[in-house]
Amino acid sequence: MRDVAVVASMQRQEPSIDNESEVEYMVPLMHGVKESIGITQADVGFTCSGSSDFIAGQAFSFVMTVDGTNPVPPISESHVEMDGAWALYEAWVKMQMGEIDIALVYGYSKSSGGSLRDVLATQMDPYYVAPLWPDAFAIEALAARQLIESGRVSLEQLAEIASRSRDHAASNPHAIRTAQKSVADIMAEAPIMDPLRPSDIPASADGGCVLILAAGDRAKDLCDRPAWIRGIDHRTDAHTLGVRDLTRSMSAKIAGQKAGVGNDKVDFAELYAPFTTSEFLLTDALGLGEDTVINPSGGTLGAHTMMASGLIRIAEAAQRITNGDGDRAVATAGSGPNLQQNLVCVLEGE
Amino acid sequence: MSGYQQDPKIKPTALSGEVTMPAAIGAVEQVQSVRTPIAIDYIATPGASLSAYLRGMKQKKILGDKCPVSGQVFVPPRGVSPVSGQRTTEMVEVSDQGYVESFNVTRLPIKSRPDLNPPYVSAWVVPDGANVGSISLVAGIAPEDVRIGLRVRAVWKPDDELEESAANILHWEPTGEPDFVLDDLRIIGKPGGQQ
Repeated sequence: MRDVAVVASMQRQEPSIDNESEVEYMVPLMHGVKESIGITQADVGFTCSGSSDFIAGQAFSFVMTVDGTNPVPPISESHVEMDGAWALYEAWVKMQMGEIDIALVYGYSKSSGGSLRDVLATQMDPYYVAPLWPDAFAIEALAARQLIESGRVSLEQLAEIASRSRDHAASNPHAIRTAQKSVADIMAEAPIMDPLRPSDIPASADGGCVLILAAGDRAKDLCDRPAWIRGIDHRTDAHTLGVRDLTRSMSAKIAGQKAGVGNDKVDFAELYAPFTTSEFLLTDALGLGEDTVINPSGGTLGAHTMMASGLIRIAEAAQRITNGDGDRAVATAGSGPNLQQNLVCVLEGE
Repeated sequence: MSGYQQDPKIKPTALSGEVTMPAAIGAVEQVQSVRTPIAIDYIATPGASLSAYLRGMKQKKILGDKCPVSGQVFVPPRGVSPVSGQRTTEMVEVSDQGYVESFNVTRLPIKSRPDLNPPYVSAWVVPDGANVGSISLVAGIAPEDVRIGLRVRAVWKPDDELEESAANILHWEPTGEPDFVLDDLRIIGKPGGQQ
């Protein structure tokens, strides 16, 4: 496997970005991240992005965003209708072929123009489920109820996850839900979609993330301490909710095993866990123990930019490794209802 | 059996039509199709450049973005130069006259646009002062007389009907001026080809 590392990243997340279009706010990130390590688009061998026109209700928004990459003369470019983490995966695969040394990856969305929890109903099975228009919170609440009734997790444990996420988010300048709250206060919250309380659900944001991958010696040239990708894998559970056990994440478990999560200690994990219940499922599936700090950024409970949150998890984990806060980290990305798809990435400092 | 090879012992019932329905629903009419209409409402925020463009339209002005590197003018403005990838900082007004760079005659009706009576002309119109065109309707001329290089001017809605909308331009009509001569047809479709 060719050594590939995250060498730089930039992100922006806000409750709603009203005065700029997606490309208008992504351009400073795209240029900023390249300038931060002294490269230009001419150095980039492959550009890949993740976004969905459904989120902002803007047809061909991903094509307009490509304009911001400086695509003249023509660049080698691709797009996935997935979180930017899958764009990173595509770039990583391309880099394994040895043809290119540097890739630019980005993911973004501006969900504030629509009702994201309703928009996400369109990802359900179009014949039997989507016509019922189940919103994203309702779908998760069904799974949360199953999980609680299985006895594997309590409402209080979920409140602890929410409280700790808020504590961590308080020190993250990109987080938007930063008000700290005790477990007792969260237990007292009225459910927004029973059993989910306001602190159990993602902090929906507008924004995006741009990240640069570099291979081998090129990575060492560009970054004093690159965050090397030592394992990366993604798996998919069944789409139909009724045919899988919603109280466990088999796709995360298998992806974690393939990526080698358990091969060594994990200093911290950045998990794509839109709901407190998702965090429980992921820590369980990945076998993360007490010695692993979970979501030091506050995770998606601190700020959740659809289509970018998974890429931001990788960027956050990589940045902490580059800063020397730890040696080995796990980052995950998710997609689909109830964590249907999971990508697991293991990053190391050496 | 391995791979994709089909087991000859298993009849492909789904393909042959030999599907046996349970007796209990034997008399029920089979579902032939389902219609599941969906709709989602959004409040779109067009961003800084397009907002300025739309406000300009209300005053019968066509605004474009100027690339800070090449000086090329893009209409409608997107806030970024597709050539340099830079955020644009300067907006300029372009003319409401221009020329047809390319066109198409449509002879079939579109269900969603009952206002368009075939045959009608969709054209790529490049306003004077802009380096790219955008798709527009050309009217006031027989479709067979439309040609590349035809000089046209915008026909605006009445002043009291103007909104923040590109639909303020009903269509473009011939000015009667001599055609714009594209000396080199290779410039068509390339930003910066004109001027």
